[in-house]
Amino acid sequence: MGNNSTFSLFLEETGRITVFFARFMSHWFRPRYEFAEFLRQCYIVGYRSLPLVGLTGFIMGLVLTMQLRPSMVDYGVESQIPAIVGIAIVREIGPILTALIFAGKIGSSIGAELGSMKVTEQIDAMEVSGTNPFKYLVVTRVMATTFMLPVLVIMSDFISLYGSYLGVNIKGITSFNLFWNQVFDNLVFSDVFPAFIKTFLFGFTVGIIGCFKGYHSNKGTEGVGSSANSSVVVSSVLIFIIDLLVVQVTDLIG
Amino acid sequence: MMITPAPHPVKTAEINPTADVVTVSHLFKSFGANHVLADFNLILHKGESIVVLGKSGSGKSVLIKCIIGLLKPDGGEIRVLDQDIAELNDIEMDALRAKIGFLFQSNALYDSMSVRDNLEFPLRRHWIQVTPGEVDLMVMEALDDVGLKHTVDMMPVELSGGMRKRIALARTLILKPEVILYDEPTTGLDPITSKEIIELMVEIQRKYNTSSLIISHDMNCVRLAGDKVAVLLNGRCRACETYEELQKSKDPEVLQFFQI
Repeated sequence: MGNNSTFSLFLEETGRITVFFARFMSHWFRPRYEFAEFLRQCYIVGYRSLPLVGLTGFIMGLVLTMQLRPSMVDYGVESQIPAIVGIAIVREIGPILTALIFAGKIGSSIGAELGSMKVTEQIDAMEVSGTNPFKYLVVTRVMATTFMLPVLVIMSDFISLYGSYLGVNIKGITSFNLFWNQVFDNLVFSDVFPAFIKTFLFGFTVGIIGCFKGYHSNKGTEGVGSSANSSVVVSSVLIFIIDLLVVQVTDLIG
Repeated sequence: MMITPAPHPVKTAEINPTADVVTVSHLFKSFGANHVLADFNLILHKGESIVVLGKSGSGKSVLIKCIIGLLKPDGGEIRVLDQDIAELNDIEMDALRAKIGFLFQSNALYDSMSVRDNLEFPLRRHWIQVTPGEVDLMVMEALDDVGLKHTVDMMPVELSGGMRKRIALARTLILKPEVILYDEPTTGLDPITSKEIIELMVEIQRKYNTSSLIISHDMNCVRLAGDKVAVLLNGRCRACETYEELQKSKDPEVLQFFQI
């Protein structure tokens, strides 16, 4: 009975997200375009996330290199560290780590903000003020997360690789040019392109789930906390699922 | 010029019985098995102020949300300023909403915007053709009406409950609406601030000759702000008369509101 109930709740939630997604698709290309709000959201979700994304990326690059070094030394392939770290960061670690940090910071923020606006009738007030709240609040945020996450991932990748460069030089000496040459010489189009494409999907997921949870918030202030929390949980799980699917598809394509 | 609240609100609006601002006919609205509004009828004339009185959860807020188009009725007809709202497209609905002020129960001020931006928001969104200088004048005039010119650059979080209510009222006034819908305007306020808000509502109605539909269960608000009181019971408008007439009502369910 309990399992049936949980399963039916899951199906119901999936259906509601699908309807929300369809509503987004029918709204995003139609005027009135909210460029000013879109740019403001790009600033908030992009520029203001950069310090956190940069810091975590830097630490990840540094730690990954330091952890990898002993094994690489054992196998006598220490010189391959830049190449291996470069591929690992660009293909997987950079996108997935940045997307998870992004989901934690931006997904929860969107869920809580829209949830709060919902329970305090601010969304209704917008509608009364001649504004389509779905376009103004949802479309702008989803577009901003979709376009800003790839930019953040690119920046995070470079910062991670710089962290790795410092990591390499803790117990050895590698010139700046040699390090970057080794990284880029070993990266091919099939490493970069799928990784770049999936960041758009991650960004879209964080935005649409955060907006969905916030827009359908209820139960007052308790609901706001719940929206923020479930935005992070659901979008994080979906990020891993999308990652898995993208890897399968790109492997099939070759 | 700032409005000075009168010691005792005076109902001086000139009522033209031939001009109906809001007409609600045979309105039905249900949420699942809960039939909130069932054959509700009400007429609000120009310059008139009607308070809709009812118990908590009786459907008062649902009624005005149907009137402003935030909720879709299951049946019946709502005409606002001679337009059937069910027949309006989005653009026509926005144009109509520019003539309607709505004071939300929770004030619904945008937390991320300053008081100035909150007041400018309806002007910008309704495509009102005004210069930046005129916008500034309109904002200051609306704030002057509620006696809070000094808060123009403050954030909503810096304001008290009463001030937030006044700012929300200023926001509804900025477009000079022909009709104002108030959803529980005194809820959550202390008795003194409640009285100030009620006096302000009456003064605003007198100054701009607006029509008001007020949702409330605050008997002070009912007594002071309404030309008439519509009693909402079991989804219907059981009575719509003056406060004094309803005090002598022979309907015990109506009378119970006036014997507290």
